[in-house]
Amino acid sequence: MNWRRIMAIARKEFIQIRRDPHSFLIAVLLPLFQILLLGYGARLDADHIPVYVYDQEGSQDSQALLKHFQASRYFDVIKAVDNYPELVRAIDADRCKLGLVIPWDFSRRLADAHHSEVQALLDGTDDNSAQLALGYAQAVIGAYSNEVQLKWFAARGLSQQTVAPLSVDYRTWFNEELESKNFIIPGTVALVMALMGALLSSLTIAREWERGTMEQLIATPATAMEIMVGKLFPYLVIGLSDAALCTAFAVGWFNVPFRGNAGMLMFTTTLFLVVILGIGYMISVATKSQIGASQYALLVTLLPTSMLSGFAFPIDQMPAPIRAVTYLVYSRYYVSALKGIFLAGSGLEDLAPQIGAMIVYAVVIAVFATRAFRKSLQ
Amino acid sequence: MKAPAVQIEGLSKHFATGPAVVDLGFAAQRGEILGLVGPDGAGKTTTLRILAGVLPADSGAAWVAGHDVVHDPEAVKSHIGYMPQQYGLYEDLTVDENIRFYADLFEITSAVRKQRSGELLAACGMMPFRRRLAGQLSGGMKRKLGLICALIHSPEILLLDEPTTGVDPVSRRELWGILYSLVFQGVTVLISTAYFDEAERCHRLLLLHRGGALFCGTPTELKSKLPGGVLSMASAEPERLRAALADADGVLSAMAMGDALHIVVDNPQRRTPELRARLEGAGLTFGDIAPMGATVEDVFAYMVSTQPGDRGR
Repeated sequence: MNWRRIMAIARKEFIQIRRDPHSFLIAVLLPLFQILLLGYGARLDADHIPVYVYDQEGSQDSQALLKHFQASRYFDVIKAVDNYPELVRAIDADRCKLGLVIPWDFSRRLADAHHSEVQALLDGTDDNSAQLALGYAQAVIGAYSNEVQLKWFAARGLSQQTVAPLSVDYRTWFNEELESKNFIIPGTVALVMALMGALLSSLTIAREWERGTMEQLIATPATAMEIMVGKLFPYLVIGLSDAALCTAFAVGWFNVPFRGNAGMLMFTTTLFLVVILGIGYMISVATKSQIGASQYALLVTLLPTSMLSGFAFPIDQMPAPIRAVTYLVYSRYYVSALKGIFLAGSGLEDLAPQIGAMIVYAVVIAVFATRAFRKSLQ
Repeated sequence: MKAPAVQIEGLSKHFATGPAVVDLGFAAQRGEILGLVGPDGAGKTTTLRILAGVLPADSGAAWVAGHDVVHDPEAVKSHIGYMPQQYGLYEDLTVDENIRFYADLFEITSAVRKQRSGELLAACGMMPFRRRLAGQLSGGMKRKLGLICALIHSPEILLLDEPTTGVDPVSRRELWGILYSLVFQGVTVLISTAYFDEAERCHRLLLLHRGGALFCGTPTELKSKLPGGVLSMASAEPERLRAALADADGVLSAMAMGDALHIVVDNPQRRTPELRARLEGAGLTFGDIAPMGATVEDVFAYMVSTQPGDRGR
């Protein structure tokens, strides 16, 4: 390994990235765009869910319940209707996500039987949002139910007992305290690394073949190892800068907590980049075409990182066979490390299993990558 | 006597499409320009690639600057300068950046690089274009920059694959000027060309045909191989004349060259009237028939025509 030759190749790659508008976009603007897009777009929690109400009774009690909905930040009661079909049409036309029907005997049943029912109509086309809306609605009704119960007891001078005036199925699997962006945004750093790293590194060798510069390059004394290190080094630097940029955005713009230390972030990111860049490089060697290489690279890096890493879709909720597959997905360890570093302030001991797995991957990929490229036209 | 700069014995290379180099052998001495001459597909590029260590040979032996290229292709690379047909310039780098890239790969100090690139750029008339992107240079200047990049580390042996293809006459003269001055400093140059007129500029020629050597020697020696002499015949339709004369007595080979027909005959004086009579008998119109000095191309055509299974052209 000759440091001078490595630096010569790295300098040349840097100049080429700087002068190639596409590479520049991928290296600088794409990460920013991606973190903004995912930061705003990929939220799993819902608020200001539009609600239509069909209050058949129009009593003091029914209005009290609706006030609870109005007071919640999760719901906006935007319209009251006076017939059932209009409510259904509103849901069909996507004017509301939740339709609430309060029956004509709501107060009476509440008073007589201490038990009444409310009908909720949900737009199930997006089942995740529907589940969330239902959960929030149950929580609101639950709160109202408690209030009614307390009044009832107070009116009779009784201590609180276990009679529930409204049936409530209280679900807490969505977390009202913790916003989903805090879980998702740290993972987007992995997505940015996978996308940027794979796209750029897959071009390195293919570009030399396509532009006809490879023949003269392999006629120089530069070894295959020096060519690989020199070509990938700039992308490691760009990747780490992008990771820092994304973290700054996550913390400064999206108010995601960063409780760990920057050293751990850079260390795990370096390991992840070695794997991603190594894969992109090997694909570039194998395909010899820039278009083909970038497509394959996205397939093997971005796809598993977005679907199987636990970045947005929790691994524990996957079916067992797919959960088993995720152990093979290198990005799972990085995403888990990122979430730990950002949210839990995890250090080296906490992340030992993840880091161990990433080191194994990095070494294996590096060994294969150094053997991938042969200095020959054949 | 010193060992030859380049020596090849029994070199062969087959591709899926067929043989490219077949049992080739030759040697190039220090300080000479050896021209690899032949039409497309003769094996020029494959031979140079093997010598440059970028393509493995199937069998045979090849020594370049004392290194065994067949078994250890990397060892030779710091001793040679190689300019492929598709010269390896980075079009998004400037002239100076290209030169610096190759200089660094060959571990040339920056002082040596500055001095040498200054000399080479001046010799090529490219001093004003140092900051221009290589992609914005003319075809001739790209070739010259390719040559500068191949020469920046002062190689002992220079391998040039068709460096003058698509180059204007002025740039071509400059290129040859640089080659002669290099040879004067003891550099060995192997240059391939599909232009037969350019072959006359080489010290010695290696005539390649279908991957094998037809001849290796000086242009003068080559021309002495031709029995008899060459007759030139002006005509608007040289191909028709060729068809009419190809099997005439004493005609060894005939080749249409632009608006003339070159005929190699065993005895120019004796055959001239015979050929004229034959053409008049066939009712063909033609201009003067005049004896001329043989060109490399005439000899090549004659030699190819004497190859088994390859009569005429």
